[in-house]
Amino acid sequence: MINLRINGNVTAVDVPEDMPLLWVLRDVLGLTGTKFGCGIAQCGACTVHLDGEAVRSCLLAVGSIKDRSITTIEAIGNTPNGAKVQRAWLDLEVVQCGYCQSGQVMSATALLNATAVPADADIDAAMAGNICRCGTYVRIRQAIKLAAASAGT
Amino acid sequence: MNPIGSFPARDVVPNLSRRDFLEMAAATTFVFGFSVPLRASGAVTGGAIFAPNAFIRINRQGEVTLIMPQVEMGQGTYTSISMILAEELDADWGRVRVEHAPANEKLYANPDLSIQATGNSNSIRAFWKPLRLAGAATRACFVEAAARSWGISSAECRTEGGKVIHDRSGRTLDYGALVDRAAAVTPPKDPPLKDPGAFRLIGRPLKRLDTPDKVNGKATYGIDALPPGVKFATLAASPVLGGTVAHVDDGRARAIPGVRQIVVLDDLVAVVGDHMWAAKCGLEALDIRWNEGPNAGVSSELIWSRLRSASVRDGAVAKDVGNVDKAFGDRGESSNDVVTAAFEMPLLAHACMEPLNCTVHISATSAEVWIGTQVMERVHAAVAKAAGLPESQVTVHNHLIGGGFGRKLEPDMAYSAARIAKHVDGPVKVVWTREEDIRHDIYRPVYRDILWARLEGERIVSWKHRISGSAVMARFLPAFFQKGVDPDGVDSAQDIPYDIPNRRVEFNREEPPGIITGFWRGVGPNNNVFAIESFIEELARKAGKDSIAFRRAHLDKTPRLQAALDLVREKSGWDTPLPARCGRGVAAQISFASFIATVVECEVDEAGEVKLRRVTSAVDTGITVNPDTVMAQLQGGLVFGLTAGLYGEITLKEGRVQQSNFHDYRMLRIDQVPRIDVHLIKSGEGPGGIGETGATASIPALRNAIYAATGVALRRMPVDRSLLAVGAPTSRT
Repeated sequence: MINLRINGNVTAVDVPEDMPLLWVLRDVLGLTGTKFGCGIAQCGACTVHLDGEAVRSCLLAVGSIKDRSITTIEAIGNTPNGAKVQRAWLDLEVVQCGYCQSGQVMSATALLNATAVPADADIDAAMAGNICRCGTYVRIRQAIKLAAASAGT
Repeated sequence: MNPIGSFPARDVVPNLSRRDFLEMAAATTFVFGFSVPLRASGAVTGGAIFAPNAFIRINRQGEVTLIMPQVEMGQGTYTSISMILAEELDADWGRVRVEHAPANEKLYANPDLSIQATGNSNSIRAFWKPLRLAGAATRACFVEAAARSWGISSAECRTEGGKVIHDRSGRTLDYGALVDRAAAVTPPKDPPLKDPGAFRLIGRPLKRLDTPDKVNGKATYGIDALPPGVKFATLAASPVLGGTVAHVDDGRARAIPGVRQIVVLDDLVAVVGDHMWAAKCGLEALDIRWNEGPNAGVSSELIWSRLRSASVRDGAVAKDVGNVDKAFGDRGESSNDVVTAAFEMPLLAHACMEPLNCTVHISATSAEVWIGTQVMERVHAAVAKAAGLPESQVTVHNHLIGGGFGRKLEPDMAYSAARIAKHVDGPVKVVWTREEDIRHDIYRPVYRDILWARLEGERIVSWKHRISGSAVMARFLPAFFQKGVDPDGVDSAQDIPYDIPNRRVEFNREEPPGIITGFWRGVGPNNNVFAIESFIEELARKAGKDSIAFRRAHLDKTPRLQAALDLVREKSGWDTPLPARCGRGVAAQISFASFIATVVECEVDEAGEVKLRRVTSAVDTGITVNPDTVMAQLQGGLVFGLTAGLYGEITLKEGRVQQSNFHDYRMLRIDQVPRIDVHLIKSGEGPGGIGETGATASIPALRNAIYAATGVALRRMPVDRSLLAVGAPTSRT
């Protein structure tokens, strides 16, 4: 059994050590907000937080996580920056199909965790790993700036 | 412009018989995965429900449930459709919720497509009138019911926010309170529609109904379906189209913990496990040998050589105006001053962010399916066929779609999943890896377009355009393929905005071997607008005219496109100077009944790499239901097209698709996307399509920007950087 601290709760899962977190979340725990997109850390749809930092869960072996805290899209709204990002995403109507947006929101929140007021270059660096096939990039950029400028909830 | 608009429209707002109503009510019982967007909780509660047509249900609490005849794949159609219905119904927008329609072609066929499908950017165009009529007829029932209960004439009543109001007496009745009485009123067949000046919802940038759950992980796509007891499967299909499984050694796979079952079918092998990881590891541990079949020798070289040979033939005539040959000169198209060029478009994969998937549970007597699809009824039929069951015993639950772009106009994933599920006890979710998704796509066809034209001074007097490529409609809806002309293949080429007195358009069907081709965002116009707008650019240069002025001079009969060009000229800074190796390119089009002018500004470095600097579009799409959605579709569509222009190409070698994932089938990323400005032109014309127009616009505008920046007239996509590097040859055919 492997103990995982997910969204504040410790959960024991009976899975192989090398199993990527993505499939544990989706197929074992039913947390389907985190998405499968490529399986090789090229698209960012599977982004979650480990101790507040963005990681690609599709290549992250659960056995390597130990006692670090995992936060998924289902709980990111409970954090101040996560809530600001979600609010900005809706205020500017960023989302189209939405499939990549869990990952976008997670990456954007991690960016704000690290850099309170990101410049364009910071946004490029933090978000270039997240593909949006619908092409919502212009609004993502605007929404990150809006979230950074907002006072929170 | 609409290739399939001439097909007789079906009555999609039928006066329902009692049996129809019962069928419909039963079929819409399931509200799977799509949570209530605007209210905190609860489905429509039991008791009496007024269901005057296929789209609207209202309960005694006044809750309005709208059944979506078109699917939501990001284009915002659930919100726009709801706005149209709610507008004429005068519903309380805050009490509207939506449901996916069930598979039911009788009730939910797209009037323009004749089947239950979402595509061709026509949801609003096709359903504009039927939905308005449905809303207005329902409203009329409430008015009549209220008037009867008050003993007054219905003409004395008005409606607003889900209420019937009698101003003179100050009385009001909620729709919910009128449900039982309204059900006794026969809906009028031809109710009066609102004057657009009276619209309360249409034309406003209302917030989308589907997006709140898409930022918190609650939205449910097909891939998120988790019916109780579900197992997980992934598959390897024959890497060569038409190949079969020769031998499978599954010894190692069976030893992997969590692997439950190996399903070997003629053309694919699937591993079923406790989770995707087990299935994936199991699949990788299999030793599969394939009989590759007759397509083992197919390569991109073969595909292109066949298409190029075929493109020399005369094609079936789609349009013939004036006398093209005479206007070319005494030697027809071979006359001295006839300009000609050939343009080529590559195979493309859709690469939706949600990989192909379908969950199926087949028992002896029934099948249940969870999927996100653009073609509900075709999925329904495909699963019934695979399961060997009558369609009446198959239930399909549609979901939000994680990108469609035409890929989910095909039911192949449901057919494969159902064939696998037939061998599995209980429900099984079949998920394609990204690699399988890219390598088993139904690809955007290769096209080769040859154009000829003759100028007299600054005017084009004769024009010939021959399109060679797949006839997708001949496979998809064969009835539309007539006399050798594919209506999609010639869309936006058969009728062009430019006023040219002598004009012929030909279509040459040539199916590429070894792959299946299908619809891809932008469909036929994506190819045609690229070829036409690239060629027009070369003619403008030959005429020595400014690109926009040259186009404009041929558009005197199309003022809406002239206005779009004028606006984009102003907004893009067209007349301001640029640094060296920077350029602006324009493209103008009428596609999907929308009028769009687009300017791309780019820089090409010395190595030939292209950096986007700015994109500007001006669009007249008629009445906009939700202007913010229109803007979003254009912004995204432009990026979609630029991605294809800069990177998109699927190639084949030894019958196998060579690309596999986002490292070798690249997408534009945020750091490459510049400022994009979209300007809407106010219009009272009927609504045009908008989902695909951006994708169609940006490829030729990019190509023409590169031409302006470098002098290199690219003739095929995607952009070949080696031709753009300093010192590279400056022309090619």
